[in-house]
Amino acid sequence: MTDSPVAPVQVPGTVLTIRRTGAYHAMTLVAPGIAERFRPGQFVALAVGGERSSMLTRRCFFVREVKPDYGGTVEIVFAVRGTGTQWLAALRPRDILDVAGPLGRPFPLPRHPVRCVLVGEGHSGAALFPLAAVLRQRECAVHFVLGGAESEHVYGTRAARRVGDSTSVVTEDGSLGHRGRPEDLVAAVVEEAAAEVVYACGPTETLRAVSRIAVRYDLPVQVAVEEPMSCGTGVCQACVLPVIDDEGVTHMARSCVEGPVFRGERVRWDDLGTIPFDAYGAPRSVLPGSLS
Amino acid sequence: MTNLETRLGGLTLPNPVLTAAGCGGTGRELGRFFDVGRLGALVTPSLTPQPRAGRPGPRLAETPSGVLNAAGLQGPGIETFLSRDLPWLAERDARVIVSIAGGSVREYTEVARLLGDAPGVAAVEINLSCPDVENRGSTFAAHPSAAARLVRAVRASAPRRIPVLAKLSADVTDIVGVAMACADAGADGLSMINTLHGMAIDTTTLRPALAGVTGELSGPAIRPVAVRCVYQVHAALPEVPIVGIGGIRTGLDALEFVLAGASAVAVGTATLHDPSACARVLRELEGALKERGIDRLADVVGLAHKPAGSLHRRIDPNVGLTVAGDTAGAGGAEPIEQETSQ
Ligand SMILES: Cc1cc2nc3c(=O)[nH]c(=O)nc-3n(C[C@H](O)[C@H](O)[C@H](O)COP(=O)(O)O)c2cc1C
Repeated sequence: MTDSPVAPVQVPGTVLTIRRTGAYHAMTLVAPGIAERFRPGQFVALAVGGERSSMLTRRCFFVREVKPDYGGTVEIVFAVRGTGTQWLAALRPRDILDVAGPLGRPFPLPRHPVRCVLVGEGHSGAALFPLAAVLRQRECAVHFVLGGAESEHVYGTRAARRVGDSTSVVTEDGSLGHRGRPEDLVAAVVEEAAAEVVYACGPTETLRAVSRIAVRYDLPVQVAVEEPMSCGTGVCQACVLPVIDDEGVTHMARSCVEGPVFRGERVRWDDLGTIPFDAYGAPRSVLPGSLS
Repeated sequence: MTNLETRLGGLTLPNPVLTAAGCGGTGRELGRFFDVGRLGALVTPSLTPQPRAGRPGPRLAETPSGVLNAAGLQGPGIETFLSRDLPWLAERDARVIVSIAGGSVREYTEVARLLGDAPGVAAVEINLSCPDVENRGSTFAAHPSAAARLVRAVRASAPRRIPVLAKLSADVTDIVGVAMACADAGADGLSMINTLHGMAIDTTTLRPALAGVTGELSGPAIRPVAVRCVYQVHAALPEVPIVGIGGIRTGLDALEFVLAGASAVAVGTATLHDPSACARVLRELEGALKERGIDRLADVVGLAHKPAGSLHRRIDPNVGLTVAGDTAGAGGAEPIEQETSQ
């Protein structure tokens, strides 16, 4: 949390536009105060269902783009997955909802112009675009690898072709670009581009595989996880992952405040969904009768 | 100006709105949204002698007007809290109520004793909803005798100047009996209620929604249960201060608990939904009191127990028709007060 550059704001957001983009929805909100605080990799937490909603967890989304217009706009990209996102998808321009953000630890940025590979799968790939914009400003080379189950689920190919030095696309059914998974292309792109840094955003399977490849090439790898979050602000402790700290100790780290961006090689991908026995504070004994 | 001051045993708080244990972080999280020094008090997550990694995920599921959680009291342990978090809170002049937990009476007293030298601890809250190893894993909150044993031990270990609050569970047949046992054992106040046991099954995966299978239900879904508990316990023990907890989301919800007999209230799950919930509930409560021509919170603690009309002011029948929390509504309260305060 101390890594978060500036305190977030909580403001009423007004829907400016909402449209379909492939299998997803892209929504732009006027939410003053967020744009100037935002750094790539951060997210916003939206309250869904209106003021007296019976849905009490926040829905968190990576930010696709911020603009200074109307006091500050924020664009997000989301998939309809349940009643909360259904409610969001039914919003219309001028509708109002509560927005908190920007939240979370952003992508660390290289100090020098370096060659970067940006890997995105599904709608979370949206988080790569503000990152790409900043990397370009710093004269970094930007090579995209974008994937999804099928063509409708690949986000951002057009934008990637516009801002990237190269764009490789992959779908599981082969309906767009190569057939396969993003990680199948990463090694080749890393070699071709002589990459020095890897960034990735998407489901954990992809992040795990991409982190492995980066480690194999001895490259720094920063991943933004899409672990489901319930509050987005660090109070509920629902979004924890086992992450190794600077001293080599594994902590159950909250994705919303210690993340969502982690160093890929520090996340214990094989132990997700568990409390590793050597984690800080893990039950010390498994003898019968001991309580944890 | 409405007088919102309230007392919990020997502790005087400038206002009655607290964070509920485990729902307000350790201050830094919410401090990004409002000044935690403005809270009546910040109640910490339950702290144990040793760090705890908590339970595997999924830890939390959304249910109608509630959440079900099984986080397993993840926390850094009392010593890290005292060295890292308490000074941060003290710098902001936050009043801090330390919630404590353990697996045995000894673990609780260990934590309580460590608080002795810590400056800035306003009170201790005992989370009685932990399994007791000496009682086949049944929780302390489930039995008057086990609850009393724990309260007595903590009261003896905690510094005398600090009030000790016992936090009760409503998952019992006779909460009044447990409350009486705690009060007799030396509790200076009661916090109620903790979460209720619950369960949800994911109809997509066809499996329990939480890794822990069962979980703990909180949020507006449990509010009527909590209000009932506060009402019954206040009726039995009118002199024991109560912190009302369970589903509070608005100032009117807070007022409901005060009328039932709570001297203070704590906001839990609503903070997950709205990080500014505590600050807003306080503002709304103040507005609601003003609107009803009530100028001292203490005057209406437990008012629902008295026959209708016992408040010296006549309540304007139109009160409550304006939307609670609408501060403009509070502004419109002046004429009502003049009209009714004869
Ligand atoms: C995520 C979460 C964590 C909690 N952690 C604690 C805790 O550490 N100690 C405790 O006594 N109660 C804990 N509680 C219970 C709350 O303090 C409160 O008693 C309960 O949630 C009912 O209030 P609410 O409906 O306003 O949330 C927790 C509740 C939630 C939802």
